[in-house]
Amino acid sequence: MLFKISVNNIRKSLRDYAVYFFTLVIGVAIFYIFNAMETQTAYLTVSSNTREIIRLIVSLVSGLSIFVSIVLGLLIVYASRFLMKRRNKEFALYLMLGMGKGKISLLLLIETLLIGIVSLAAGIGIGILASQFTSSFTARLFEADMNSYKFIVSGSAIIRTILYFSIMYIAVMLFNGFTVSRCKLIDLMQSGRKSENPKLKNPVLCVIVFIISVIALGYAYYNVSYNTFSLAENTLTLMIITGAVSTLTIFWSVSGMLLRVIMSMKNIYYRSLNSFTFRQLSSKVNTMVVSMTVICLMLFVTICTLITAFSMRNSLNRNLNELCPADIQIEMSFENESLKISQACQMTVPNFDSYFTDKSDLTYFMDKNVTISALAGDKIADLKKDFPFIFEESILNIVKQSEYNNLMELYGRETIQLAENEFALVCNLQKAINVYNDVLADYGTLNVFGKELSPYKNSCVNGFIGLSSQPLNDGFIVVQDNLTEGAKQIFKIFTGKLSATDKMEIANAEEFIIDKLERSHDKLNYGFFEYNTRTDIKENSIGIGALVIFLGLYLGLIFLITSGVILALRSLSDSVDSITRYEMLRKIGAEESDIAKSLFRQNLLFFAIPLAVAVIHSVFGMKFAMNYVLQIFGTEGMAKSISLASLIILIIYGGYFIITYMCSKSIIKIRKTKER
Amino acid sequence: MELLKIERIEKYYGNKSNITKAVDGISFTVNKGEFTAIMGASGSGKTTLLNCISTIDKVTSGHIFLEDTDITKLKGKALNKFRRDNIGFIFQDFNLLDTLTAFENISLALSIQKYPVKDIENAVNTVAEQLGIKDVLKKYPYQMSGGQKQRVASARAIITNPKIVLADEPTGALDSKASKMLLERFSYLNKEHDTTIMMVTHDSFTASYASRVIFIKDGQIFQEISRGDNSRKQFFDRIIDVITLLGGDMSDAL
Repeated sequence: MLFKISVNNIRKSLRDYAVYFFTLVIGVAIFYIFNAMETQTAYLTVSSNTREIIRLIVSLVSGLSIFVSIVLGLLIVYASRFLMKRRNKEFALYLMLGMGKGKISLLLLIETLLIGIVSLAAGIGIGILASQFTSSFTARLFEADMNSYKFIVSGSAIIRTILYFSIMYIAVMLFNGFTVSRCKLIDLMQSGRKSENPKLKNPVLCVIVFIISVIALGYAYYNVSYNTFSLAENTLTLMIITGAVSTLTIFWSVSGMLLRVIMSMKNIYYRSLNSFTFRQLSSKVNTMVVSMTVICLMLFVTICTLITAFSMRNSLNRNLNELCPADIQIEMSFENESLKISQACQMTVPNFDSYFTDKSDLTYFMDKNVTISALAGDKIADLKKDFPFIFEESILNIVKQSEYNNLMELYGRETIQLAENEFALVCNLQKAINVYNDVLADYGTLNVFGKELSPYKNSCVNGFIGLSSQPLNDGFIVVQDNLTEGAKQIFKIFTGKLSATDKMEIANAEEFIIDKLERSHDKLNYGFFEYNTRTDIKENSIGIGALVIFLGLYLGLIFLITSGVILALRSLSDSVDSITRYEMLRKIGAEESDIAKSLFRQNLLFFAIPLAVAVIHSVFGMKFAMNYVLQIFGTEGMAKSISLASLIILIIYGGYFIITYMCSKSIIKIRKTKER
Repeated sequence: MELLKIERIEKYYGNKSNITKAVDGISFTVNKGEFTAIMGASGSGKTTLLNCISTIDKVTSGHIFLEDTDITKLKGKALNKFRRDNIGFIFQDFNLLDTLTAFENISLALSIQKYPVKDIENAVNTVAEQLGIKDVLKKYPYQMSGGQKQRVASARAIITNPKIVLADEPTGALDSKASKMLLERFSYLNKEHDTTIMMVTHDSFTASYASRVIFIKDGQIFQEISRGDNSRKQFFDRIIDVITLLGGDMSDAL
């Protein structure tokens, strides 16, 4: 009997709240897909290096899953509390008919259990199907080939999904039982008899709070986006808290003022059903200040995470071609200063020359007087103010023009021709370029190895020596060859392009050369040995790219569906509550098309308000991210990342909006035909 | 002048094996400026009749003419437009929107008709004056008494200058004092502004304010009386007499 009632109850609410149950299923599916990463990538041909990164991603995903399950858990508790409130009358009826509270709890338990089992089964099923498609996406992310297609089912992911969601559902059951045991019959019976009480907030207070919040928010914006580098960590935390709190107070004050502002615009307010539309919207927003804030912040995090993740990956891939134009780079220092690395290799590695199509040797020199503060002269104070991360006593490395040009030819980049008294400053870290260009614009001379030199072209040269996936060269100096005679050497660097073209051959050649060098320490007597290969750099950058994409998407998707469903639930239940109001509108002659328009506007604005605030937050949040994180990776191609992120948000969040609108429309319609 | 003409309308509910004749061949006419009451016991078909006239319900057969339009032939959008432009409604349970103030509830009827915004305020104030609700315009329904709510609903019904105002048990949810006040307003509108009003009621006191009462029983017209030169009190007594007759008949049938 109880079971039958439960099934009927679910079927009844399924009609109005399909969006919620659908979201549960999607949530389970997403949870499964991301946790099945390990199995998905198991069939990819990847190097041990990439495998290492995959392992890192897997462990990060499982860590993030705990956070995600907390978010989803809160959502489920929120939703079930919300749906329970709507059923107070039903419970009152049960109690009056003599059903005990224990029975009602049991009824709810059965319902939750049923919903839980169905959503888990459906979600895992969808997850398993979807992961067949996502695995090819994963393969592309790692730029790896799938050696063969296999139907992948991840047992561990299934177990984890079931475990986490069971915990969530058990929490909901306990919560429901607790709520039922505490309710009183009289309260339940009177709950339906609430008269809408659209109290307006004190307008003066609203304006004051609004102004204060905007100022506080502006201050936080300014600090994070224009003062990024002088920001201490706890100030940053303080700014984030300021931002969150002012978001809350802005929603509170705007919800109080919104209606008044529109009411004063009589031409809009008294046109068609607008007065009704805005009253409905305002009562929704008024009672949802906290939820709106949470949704807005979640959207904000989603927007920033997605854009950052996409642009990080984009720039990593783009950078690789430009910043990694050779296959291998070896750094060493020898006691015998005249020995070049290529000579040393020829002595230890059999047929060393035959591996390469192109090679270059280069030596780093130093002059302990050539420091950033010497370069900047009296502008050092300004520099420190703008860029407090500068270490003014750090020494700038010096290289010979001939060796530098030699390497640039190998890299296929522009060479430089210095005049007798010139030095060139080469860097490619964007922040450093800004600093140095400022310094070099009207520059005097720099004393290098006792000779006064003026800067080449009065600006710095964009370039680098070390292979890398990111523009991280913060500056070195190129001078005429004759100046470095007898100067102090720091270390040497060898750069080579391998003749091998096949992936395997390249890997074998690299391994062979490095192995031989490592074994000949005694023979060569080197003080310092490091190497870097394009393969490693590439794998690392692909791995990092995949990592940020995975985590960004995981968090982003969960946040998006959570925000979407909270708004949808509220909007749908509001439609259910307002059925009689729409009936009245019809009775006094409102046209169907006007009613639909009103409903559309209510939902559109309801969904748009938190998104609009989140977008404004994101503009400044991204400015911070660009200064802080993306600077290193380069920010070109931002437009592409922004449009991709917008597309994802538009599809999911916009999808929730459209579904909500459609469902609301059918809710206010269904009853109409039934009543007749 | 003939405003409303009802020709042999019938309204059946149910299926072949079990037919309920809610309205069973009723015909009558209403002139412009008349204040008509329709009386009858519960289930006599008076509300069904009103619903058919107001186009909320469709007749099974027969015709209803408002001026020259046969409203039983109207469909869809045209029907909505007709209802909106020609008929004013007053319901037993007020049907005010609880989220709007009295002013907004009244103005909404004009907004729906795409009435020029600049004239709305004046129009609302004028009607509010007529119904004596100027001081509650800023209040919400939950802040008003039942009588005030019904007068706001009446204001909403007449502000669009409908050809006929239809009221379904307008005093059903009101105490006697509020009922009296509302009905006096109805009489005032009827006399001073020539508003045609047709109301359904089962309360003889309420009906006594009308100029004409039509009694309905089992879907058919039982009797019809006009006030003529009678005072309200005299008319009330005549109504009571008819009701006694109606009741006697009913007990005969039992």
